[in-house]
Amino acid sequence: MRLRDRNLLGIETLTPEEIKLILDTAVPFKEIFTRSVKKVPTLRGKTVVNLFYEPSTRTRTSFELAEKRLSADVLNISVNTSSIVKGESLIDTAKTIEAMKADFVVIRHSMAGAPHLLARTITASIINAGDGMHEHPTQALLDLFTIRDKKGKIENQNVVIVGDILHSRVARSNIWALTKMGAKVTVVGPVTLIPSHIENLKVKVAYKLDEVLPHADVIYVLRVQRERQKQHLFPSLREYSELYGIDMDRLKKCKKDVIVMHPGPMNRGIEISSEVADSNFSVITEQVTNGIAIRMAVLYLLAGGAEKVEEGE
Amino acid sequence: MRILIKGGRVIDPANRIDAQKDIYIEEGIIKKVSTSIKVNKSNVKVIDARGKVVTPGLIDMHTHLREPGREDEETIASGTRAACKGGFTSICCMPNTQPVTDNQAQVELILSKSQKEGWVNVYPIGAITKGLQGEEMSPIGELKKAGVAGITDDGKTVENSLIMRRALEYSKMFKLPVISHCEDKNLSAEGLINEGYISTILGMRGIPRQAEEVIVSRDIQLAEMTGGHLHIAHVSTEGSVGMIRRAKRMDIKVTAETAPHYFTLTDEAVKTYNTNTKMNPPLRTRKDVQAIKQGLQDGTIDCIASDHAPHLEDEKNQEYELAPFGIIGLETMLPLIITELVDKKVLTLREAIKKLTVNPAHILGLNKGTLSPGANADITIIDTKTRRKIETFESQSNNSPFIGCTLRGFAVCTIVGGRICMAEGELVAG
Repeated sequence: MRLRDRNLLGIETLTPEEIKLILDTAVPFKEIFTRSVKKVPTLRGKTVVNLFYEPSTRTRTSFELAEKRLSADVLNISVNTSSIVKGESLIDTAKTIEAMKADFVVIRHSMAGAPHLLARTITASIINAGDGMHEHPTQALLDLFTIRDKKGKIENQNVVIVGDILHSRVARSNIWALTKMGAKVTVVGPVTLIPSHIENLKVKVAYKLDEVLPHADVIYVLRVQRERQKQHLFPSLREYSELYGIDMDRLKKCKKDVIVMHPGPMNRGIEISSEVADSNFSVITEQVTNGIAIRMAVLYLLAGGAEKVEEGE
Repeated sequence: MRILIKGGRVIDPANRIDAQKDIYIEEGIIKKVSTSIKVNKSNVKVIDARGKVVTPGLIDMHTHLREPGREDEETIASGTRAACKGGFTSICCMPNTQPVTDNQAQVELILSKSQKEGWVNVYPIGAITKGLQGEEMSPIGELKKAGVAGITDDGKTVENSLIMRRALEYSKMFKLPVISHCEDKNLSAEGLINEGYISTILGMRGIPRQAEEVIVSRDIQLAEMTGGHLHIAHVSTEGSVGMIRRAKRMDIKVTAETAPHYFTLTDEAVKTYNTNTKMNPPLRTRKDVQAIKQGLQDGTIDCIASDHAPHLEDEKNQEYELAPFGIIGLETMLPLIITELVDKKVLTLREAIKKLTVNPAHILGLNKGTLSPGANADITIIDTKTRRKIETFESQSNNSPFIGCTLRGFAVCTIVGGRICMAEGELVAG
């Protein structure tokens, strides 16, 4: 089985079979990490451009490592966000990359739909590494991989996503991915940060965290941006933290085997307490490791997935 | 020049005519409308209109010509060519040019350029406030004297309710409609598309319906208070239609227009991130489209206007967020009305023509939109049968979401003041 599209622009258009294929493909890639030589020749001779219009350490290094472990040639282009308006247009940058004969472009952009514009313009495979408030598909895939790894299955897991759903591409991709795979998703956060019609995505909406936590198998904590306070979305970070922060007191009321996830970077002491972040409930560092395997799987499958994952060299 | 239009189905809503008739034109004036006219004069150009529909020249009361200031997007010449091709004989150009049409000199410039380079009649609309700044009233009397057909700060709402009140009061003396772009900027909050399910899944900032509706409500109350003539531009929501309907029942002097995209498309069209679905107000939902159709049907919405807003391909071929709002519409309006409203039995052809002729003429106080003998010979001949794929435009811009759509009902002949400007679907230079 292969992926139908040559791009990965979002989870919305993936089938459950495709999601499962990516997760399954990531398993042998993760095994490679335990070897002393963590590299396979799958993408030898292929060029991957990481085009980042937003600062990102985590996602960019994860992609870069995934690409390098697949033996691809990697080029990083970071475009200062402020130059989007003044500088070269995305279309012109895309044409330049096209002329360089890149095989893949991994794009991170502050505006929704930028990867789609790129995909319409050039022939390389496009991987969306986060576009505005729209989607962040590889994040959701690595989260699913982590849940499956920890819980044995995704189906029927109660996943509670906490925080700023409105501005979160991670939440959107996770909602698509989790519901497609049969998980039960509840979003919880202040009314002002829950987007319109979100319940149409087959999720439950709640405003009181303490009422939904006891049923949770997975607590997914979103990062809260400090600037939201200025947009009149909540009165203060302290109030936010009191209402929606995950701390040990709250965890005590949860199932014993609950896991806590966060896409990073964390605001310790605001949406998640340090104690929780560093506890055994937290799978945050595993998310990071799994991210590399997932991104390898995605690159491998988009490249055609013809060759088998080879044994280490 | 003498013209005899023979055998067409003449629809002239102003005179309650819908019958097969001939029309005879001499020296730019309609001389006679009757069955089987025979003319015993030489030099008569005979147009065979059998199987076609002959109507008063269509009027678009909401066009952006971009000249002066953005002649790279559209000029008076190219915009009026597009109008002519679309079957329009008169258009109103919005004042948000650079500089703004807020003074006599600029109105005169537009009028004299239109005289020289224009293909159709152009009626400038003046600004309500100087520089569209919303702070000081423009010299409305002077604008009227120079020839504006209405005033508007289109693209913006006059935020200060007191200034809007004064404008509605003051304009009464000059019998000018105050055309309102209804949008509470704080509520639209730099949104890009309609706020709802689609904005949520696409991750784009939403513009709630209420951004339009709170201003529609305010302006209706101000119209009631002042007795001024309020015209609501580009109505896009169910709530606006309801409020305008109630206001009309209360005999408040309010009229309204909508644009073809608000009865043909919904925010579902945004899903591909095609920036030609980005306009302000944004595409709404199915229930809004239904309500707009209902409003057109029961007369709540008086006319259909294009909101023709040309933008360069490079400007539109960007990230959705960076692309400017607006689409062109002059060349797709008539076929969209016939395909989506007439063919689907929302409006009869006669009702549709009314919303493109006598109604806008009446709102703007123009001596147009009729085929009465003695009127200027502005006439449009429409082939309501042929289907065609939308591909190219006379407009200098091509930012249309309807490219590739197959539509029916195109203008084939446009006569402006007795001059044939388009014949058999081709523009005729003169």
